[in-house]
Amino acid sequence: MKSLGSFRRKFAPWNDPEAKPFIAIENVTKKFADFTAVDDLSLNIYNREFFALLGASGCGKSTLLRMLAGFEEPTAGRIQIDGQDMRGIPPYKRPVNMMFQSYALFPHMTVEGNIAFGLKQDGMQKGDIEARVAEMLKLVKLERFAKRKPHQLSGGQRQRVALARAVAKRPKVLLLDEPLGALDKKLREETQFELMDLQMKLGLTFVVVTHDQEEAMTMADRIAVMDKGKVMQVATPAEVYEAPNSKFVADFIGNVNMFEGTTAAVGNGKIDIAVAPENLTIRTEASRSCTIGQPVGFAIRPEKIRISRKQPADSSINSAYGEMWDIAYFGDMTVFHVKLESGRIIKAASLNAVRTVEEPLGYDDMVWVNFDTDAGIVLTA
Amino acid sequence: MQRLISSIASRLVIAVPYLWLLIFFLIPFIIVFKISLSQGATSIPPYAPTFDLSAGWQGLKDSFAQFSWDNYVWLVEDPLYYKAYLSSVLIAAVSTLLTLIVGYPIAYGMARAPTTIRPTLLMLVILPFWTSFLIRVYAWIGILKPEGLLNQFLMWAHVIDTPLNILNTNTAVFIGIVYSYLPFLVLPIYSALEKMDYSLVEAAEDLGCPPILAFWKITFRLSMPGVIAGCFLVFIPAVGEFVIPDLLGGSQTLMIGKTLWSEFFSNRDWPVSSAVAVVLLLLLVVPIVLFQRAESRARESEK
Repeated sequence: MKSLGSFRRKFAPWNDPEAKPFIAIENVTKKFADFTAVDDLSLNIYNREFFALLGASGCGKSTLLRMLAGFEEPTAGRIQIDGQDMRGIPPYKRPVNMMFQSYALFPHMTVEGNIAFGLKQDGMQKGDIEARVAEMLKLVKLERFAKRKPHQLSGGQRQRVALARAVAKRPKVLLLDEPLGALDKKLREETQFELMDLQMKLGLTFVVVTHDQEEAMTMADRIAVMDKGKVMQVATPAEVYEAPNSKFVADFIGNVNMFEGTTAAVGNGKIDIAVAPENLTIRTEASRSCTIGQPVGFAIRPEKIRISRKQPADSSINSAYGEMWDIAYFGDMTVFHVKLESGRIIKAASLNAVRTVEEPLGYDDMVWVNFDTDAGIVLTA
Repeated sequence: MQRLISSIASRLVIAVPYLWLLIFFLIPFIIVFKISLSQGATSIPPYAPTFDLSAGWQGLKDSFAQFSWDNYVWLVEDPLYYKAYLSSVLIAAVSTLLTLIVGYPIAYGMARAPTTIRPTLLMLVILPFWTSFLIRVYAWIGILKPEGLLNQFLMWAHVIDTPLNILNTNTAVFIGIVYSYLPFLVLPIYSALEKMDYSLVEAAEDLGCPPILAFWKITFRLSMPGVIAGCFLVFIPAVGEFVIPDLLGGSQTLMIGKTLWSEFFSNRDWPVSSAVAVVLLLLLVVPIVLFQRAESRARESEK
């Protein structure tokens, strides 16, 4: 049995009809004056899940997070956390903690003071607080910085203090608002794995808001792709990438070549799509049921397209001939932009698995692109 | 050469404020101090000795020999003066506290207002400065006097039957000081609150802090530099305030500014009033130094 892409761990409570969602968001709408930030949105998030809300800025993902934290009340709909209706429950009484995008560290308190702040609010014993703070400092490897003030720390250290402070109270859910947004690329990649590690260790439910798809793909068990206050698709990173449910999602996640055409033939588990201007015939697995003559979209990722000077054996389907237009060399891979006679650009990526190539492809070369029948996906929405 | 010119120029720029302070503060202060060491005399000017350069070196030495600390001894011996100092400090302290109670919510409201209306609110706070201070204090006489606006309104609203006696009491002085110095307190607190990141308060609430406690532990705590600056900006001038107690206060309102004025104009006792002024200055040096310490500490912690 083939499956899509890779997966992090054997964990899929969303496929279990018996599993009860830990966070249930039911038909939630949030309006600010005449602007609808979140529009009749429903989502289930499961216990111990690492869940990512992914979308461009202004898609409502932060508003949704703030509603979970209690800083905003839904205009309509219901949010339940661990079976408890959250309506009217103020932030300081919710079983969730948030890590703020700006970190929001208290500048007048030391690292210790920041971490202990929430514990003191709970009226915890002094000795217990000290023990918990020490444990948290160890967890984020900041033991040596306990007495420092936030302004004496680096960006990465501040991020870890914010994290330690947010998990110190052992919340049922940790909300993270762009947790890695302020870090530079190298540090961000390291921290991603630290976050995943921490989530496993503590066994918490994480809900992270991000606009960075790589970040979401790396860390999350499932991703909700959001647009204009609505959820476009909720799925595992591999599903979102390999089996997007709509043109929006296919286009939003990663790089994609998008074709518009009409179905010319259906049968044998295959669909033929006729793409008009180039007279292309695309033959693909029938991932969706279609009728003949139906307008459909076809999405294919650049790395699933082969590029060659030689004409493929059967160039009547899934093949096109064109001119090398642009070459983007990334080191690990190269993305070739091939311009067809119609003017359409097809992006084909190839992994630079060897250091030297006999006859490298160059500008103005005439090349063939082609792909297999299971390389792309038919989109009807 | 260029460097030399620019170094001279930068020194000149620094020299200007120093020169200003020297001419308009230090030299006058030395003159006042000198008068405070003199004796009263029925002459013009009404004190002795005066320096007479024509008398030569010996005359100068004789003049110096006449200086004495008698006026300071007098200030200590007569209870009127220390009572006036004490009462001034008390009135200033109470007024500062009242100004803080009135001003903090104003500053907080301004800082939390939508950014579009903040400049308007700021303008409204500064606007009274466009009218003369003296005229505004006079206006309070019209409001507070027994047949004034306040009493008329309260009687019309049937809150009171007989007019309240506010004018010429310490209450009127408090009202006058709070009103006059309010902007000096509002502005520094506003600027401290305005640059505060509101997500800190949200973070506190998120960590289990009810809003009132979050305000106290985060908002108020972080606005402390503004509160301290504002309080000193009210307290320091209020101690030496003369116009407000003179116009709004009564005969029992004892403030050092008034005492100084009557020594100078009514008694024409320049040496004693100079001594009063010197002591007042020394008295204010303490809070001013404290203020500057707090300022520099605040700047330190911002780094």
